[in-house]
Amino acid sequence: MKRTMKTLVVACGAVAAAFGVGAGTTPALAQGKTITLCWAAWDPANALVELSKDFTAKSGIGMKFEFVPWTNYADRFLNELNSHGSLCDLIIGDSQWIGGAAENGQYVKLNDFFKKEGISMDDYMPATVVGYSEWPKNTPNYWALPAMGDAVGWTYRKDWFARPDVQKDFKAKYGRDIGVPKTLDELKDIAQFFQGREIDGKKVYGASIYTERGSEGITMGVSNYLYDYGFKYDDPKKPYAMDGFVNSAGAVKGLEAYKELYKCCTPPGASNSYMSEGLDAFKSGQVALQMNFFAFFPGLYKDPNVGGDKIGFFVNPAGPAGQATQLGGQGISVVSYSKNQAEALQYIKWFSGGDVQKKWWALGGYSCAKSVLNDPSFPTSAPFAKEFLQSMGMVVDFWAEPSYAQLLQAEQKRVHDYMVADKGTAQEALDGLVKDWKAIFKEEGKKF
Amino acid sequence: MNELSASSRITYRAVMVRSGMARRIRGLSDRTLAWLFITPTILLLLAINIFPLLWTIYLSFTNYRANRANVPTIWLGADWYQSILTDPDIWAAMQVTAHFVIWTVVIETVLGFGLAYLIDKKFRGHGMWTTIILLPMMLSPAVVGNFWTFLYQPQIGLFNYVIAFFTGRAASSFQMLGDVTLSPWAIVIVDAWMWTPYVMLICLAGLRSIPDYIYEAAEVDRASKWRQFWSITLPMALPFIMLAVLFRGIENFKMFDMVNLLTGGGPGSTTEVASITLKRAAFESWRTGYSSAFAIILFVTVFGLANIYVKALNKVKSR
Repeated sequence: MKRTMKTLVVACGAVAAAFGVGAGTTPALAQGKTITLCWAAWDPANALVELSKDFTAKSGIGMKFEFVPWTNYADRFLNELNSHGSLCDLIIGDSQWIGGAAENGQYVKLNDFFKKEGISMDDYMPATVVGYSEWPKNTPNYWALPAMGDAVGWTYRKDWFARPDVQKDFKAKYGRDIGVPKTLDELKDIAQFFQGREIDGKKVYGASIYTERGSEGITMGVSNYLYDYGFKYDDPKKPYAMDGFVNSAGAVKGLEAYKELYKCCTPPGASNSYMSEGLDAFKSGQVALQMNFFAFFPGLYKDPNVGGDKIGFFVNPAGPAGQATQLGGQGISVVSYSKNQAEALQYIKWFSGGDVQKKWWALGGYSCAKSVLNDPSFPTSAPFAKEFLQSMGMVVDFWAEPSYAQLLQAEQKRVHDYMVADKGTAQEALDGLVKDWKAIFKEEGKKF
Repeated sequence: MNELSASSRITYRAVMVRSGMARRIRGLSDRTLAWLFITPTILLLLAINIFPLLWTIYLSFTNYRANRANVPTIWLGADWYQSILTDPDIWAAMQVTAHFVIWTVVIETVLGFGLAYLIDKKFRGHGMWTTIILLPMMLSPAVVGNFWTFLYQPQIGLFNYVIAFFTGRAASSFQMLGDVTLSPWAIVIVDAWMWTPYVMLICLAGLRSIPDYIYEAAEVDRASKWRQFWSITLPMALPFIMLAVLFRGIENFKMFDMVNLLTGGGPGSTTEVASITLKRAAFESWRTGYSSAFAIILFVTVFGLANIYVKALNKVKSR
């Protein structure tokens, strides 16, 4: 009998625990208010879950999270927004979505809210405000709070660079010491040097770069070369005039250079690589260099096999026409179809707080707040912090027009066709891209 | 009545209701009764098949975009149809689709029929072999797409190692999914691996439906095995084979999931079958009007071809 009672008590305990009944009940659950935040499934999202516990503790509002892998992220959430779904109260949407989301009434405009709550965009890095919050660009119309700063950067195998045999061979071959590349040509030399080399009895390769076809991969990769070689989206004096800017002689050379890097120095089977494939290649010790977003760098630094002293970080090197890098990252917005807008705004207000932003950075998120980034201790707060800061000062973003998805698809196709499928020349690819983009803008009713 | 117990009262009422209903139903004509039964199905069909089809046809003549419902819809006439039918990218996608459909159907039919012929011999352990052969088609296309991506991986993939073993080439010297020449064949191989068992199953049903006495009569007439195959087996199994070809042809014409997982349409647009192009237009670019027109063109193509084929099938059956 005693045993039966004991079993009963344990069973009741288990049921109570399963349904969240008892001492662990949060005030939010007691109030029954829970909001859902939608984002991509990646390392920073886990940091945000951790951070948001403070919000629940402070406000009594429960948090639910809907995280989708990057490959389906845009499909899933743009579908949700376009079908006026109310799954997400808050969304951390990609920077390029802002035009469409603003013009189609999917995000709540935050100007009045910011004014009322004393949130100033002057407190955030200018590049992140333009990239993540404003539509139209460079106008004070805010649709998101800069939430997760990000840009494309590079990692390298510091331990390989430090090997005497590598240093000796590299010097003999290139007449200079091996080190962090300052230019894209130097980067190619290093990648070529490691391609097919044996390190500790294992064949290794030069670099992992973005080549993915399906979503946005190859565009996010090639842009880092195009910008440095002089590519511009349009005439700075005449918006949407693309001839001679998208397909300039410099841009053509940039595209050719990226293809050369792909052909000479990537591991076999790297014809469809994006973020996770890059991480796999680097973590498994296959490549000396890796192109990837800064968001992954905290996790890489902690990796037991390739992290710590074995890894180094650097910004996208300079090209003949300058130095720039592709903007990543996102702002946090309130979905206009949400039934919990007041609570969602409350979350944004809380998230904008100075201490919260500091904790966000400490947990592995990339704050965009000047209070964090301009802190004198910031550059030394993480091994990649200085490079992140430098990158955020030279970011360029893809089109953020309402038709961005179409514009992106056109570039994905043109660049992949040229680079991976060896169709036509770089000039033809970029001329074709101008033609496609013109047709899209014409359909949109743009004048150029 | 008052003397009746509670349970009796319930029974009594039930009988009354039943008899009332029966009387009402008895009053209905057979035709009305038939309509009564099929109306829910018709309504369901109208709601989930016919209405969306008509709506898609309407949208295909407009500039409608599902992500911009607030933009006024403009009637464009047949503009989308004209632009699709003259677009070289669309024709390239149709060629990729045709390559995929023709080769998968041919390979699956030949192998499927061959396997069915062998399994039909009822050798020892044929039941176990049938089950093993059927396993691939029981898997989800998403699973198949993912694990074949690993099998095709140039450095660790089993497929490359097997080829390397037989040809002496280095396993990492070729990539099935990243090569313009090999990738169209890579998707054909995976589809054939997955769906040959399905064709085999249909062919097996055909072979098992041939009565033994026909073969016995042929034996009496001293017909050779070769002659029996060409004069009895193949003609009598032909309607089943044609049915399998029809099913696989239609399925592969609209193939999306497996190819999308394996190559995403790449390298470049080398394996971009029509349904991937359609999906990109509809749910990435949100060109709803344009993609509706493309969907209608695909529907008419597959519907037309299937109808011609069914007529041929009926002719074969009536022979």
